[in-house]
Amino acid sequence: MGAGVPLVDVVLDVRHVTLRFAGLVAVSDLSLSVRAGELLGIIGPNGAGKTSVLNCINGFYRPQAGRIRFLDRDVTRLLPHTRAALCIARTFQNIALYPHMTVLQNILSGRLVHMRSSLMGCGVYWGFGQREVLRHRERVEEIVDFLEIEAYRDARVGELPYGIQKKVELGRALAMEPRLLLLDEPMAGMTVDEKLDMARYILELREVRGLPMVLIEHDMGVVMDLCDRILAMDYGRKIAEGPPEEIQNHPDVIRAYLGEEHGLAEEVAGR
Amino acid sequence: MTPQFVLEGTVVGLAVGSIYALIAVGFAVLYKSTKILNLAHGELVLFGGYLAIALTTAAGHLPAPLAFGLGVAGTLVAAAALGFGVERAVMRPLFGQPLLSVIIVTLALGYVIRGVMVGIWSGETRTFPLVVPPVVVRVASVPVPLVGVWSAAAAAALLVLFSLFFRYTRWGVAMRAAANEQLTASALGVSLRRVFAYAWAFAAIAGAVGGILLGLWLGVNFALAAVGLKALAALILGGLDSIPGAIVGGLVVGVLETIVGGYIDAHVRLFGHPLHGFKEVTAYLVILLVLMVRPYGLFGTEHIERL
Repeated sequence: MGAGVPLVDVVLDVRHVTLRFAGLVAVSDLSLSVRAGELLGIIGPNGAGKTSVLNCINGFYRPQAGRIRFLDRDVTRLLPHTRAALCIARTFQNIALYPHMTVLQNILSGRLVHMRSSLMGCGVYWGFGQREVLRHRERVEEIVDFLEIEAYRDARVGELPYGIQKKVELGRALAMEPRLLLLDEPMAGMTVDEKLDMARYILELREVRGLPMVLIEHDMGVVMDLCDRILAMDYGRKIAEGPPEEIQNHPDVIRAYLGEEHGLAEEVAGR
Repeated sequence: MTPQFVLEGTVVGLAVGSIYALIAVGFAVLYKSTKILNLAHGELVLFGGYLAIALTTAAGHLPAPLAFGLGVAGTLVAAAALGFGVERAVMRPLFGQPLLSVIIVTLALGYVIRGVMVGIWSGETRTFPLVVPPVVVRVASVPVPLVGVWSAAAAAALLVLFSLFFRYTRWGVAMRAAANEQLTASALGVSLRRVFAYAWAFAAIAGAVGGILLGLWLGVNFALAAVGLKALAALILGGLDSIPGAIVGGLVVGVLETIVGGYIDAHVRLFGHPLHGFKEVTAYLVILLVLMVRPYGLFGTEHIERL
């Protein structure tokens, strides 16, 4: 993005990141930035390296080359839990909740980075410990209200429908009070109604809370509608970046998506 | 088998079994948190027993309870240090290696610890200086040595303390979170390095306490390391990834080996010869039978896979 953007405005700045697994280059010389309150979409065919980019941002993977700055701090070498403590939250492509625990307990697990009291502390400062528990519970209840899952509060997560589980996972990420939220296909496998709900939550997070987000999603309609800016990837490279309208008609993007079937598609369209 | 024999076996078996349970819990916590099957666990038991005896003896000029207290405290500190040290020096560099390699490394680690222990303190049975008076008390009308009652009570108290730790402290919860799903936990702010380090320290402490309690009762020699295997048996019986399973498994192994093993040793004759040492293998036979019916143990997670 342009050099004219003042640095304070940039929440996340990824510069020339390259990630290799043995011989395979998963991410190649990729740069991106997310500004305050911005929703950046990442699209690309399967295996393009989208999730690998998120994994680099939250620290699961350490790129061999490049720098990652978050809120003006170099986080390139930090471990995942340290980045979580800086309030980088994420959801997962395959739901990664604790299936035997209730919805409340799962969301509460997102409060871990904000918890202070130990067993000893609770014993000595009973009042303080209790107040802290109440505070966490309040936050969790706010999230439950926001996601409209009051009815499932005490249900075990493993027994809930897929769409609800996806909501709970978003709830857990929100419980971290993120300053950057990474969403990995939050709507995959959802019904149309559930997708609409999820889109509404994401919009509200952006509009009302100004939460910067990175969204990976395959549903093009959703991505084009929601995102401020879109980055398209193929074979680990950035092939295009810009506002939705521009990306929609970008020849490289169309080629990446349609691949060799492009000719076929034109034939079909022409007939 | 008279009712009296069964009652006696149950009481004594529960006492021994509570110590097995404690050792098995250490094993289970490490397995759950790190997925490593620690084949050196028996040596951690041995370490605790030997070191506590040595320290208590060295402090022999003090009053017996004080000397013992100092010995135990010193042993616990040393066990924690050993656990942290093993994690830092041996396990962390192996992070990400195939699990089987790591497990084999724990086997080697066990041989090293055992070699050092026997090298320093020799293989003969060593006993604590008299700490608990050699009195026999009656529990449910069954005569039990006082030291056995003490050991069982200490093991039970520690089990309660451990469960409180895992239920209510930040690090206990973090360890449980990591046990379920390591990567997710780290994304929520749990330091996996610290969880692994705590798990090793915890396993070493639980093992060492087990060694102390068994040592108080029966003395310590290098064969005590076999108790580690018995704890593994208890754990498999309960279900590898279940802490309550480890406790129940430990108690069951204790009772079974006392009743069934004791009975066979005392009464069964094969070709006119009495059987010896059957007590030691009873646990494994029972486990063999249980696993044929429930391969995931009594309380373990059932893995159902589509083929």
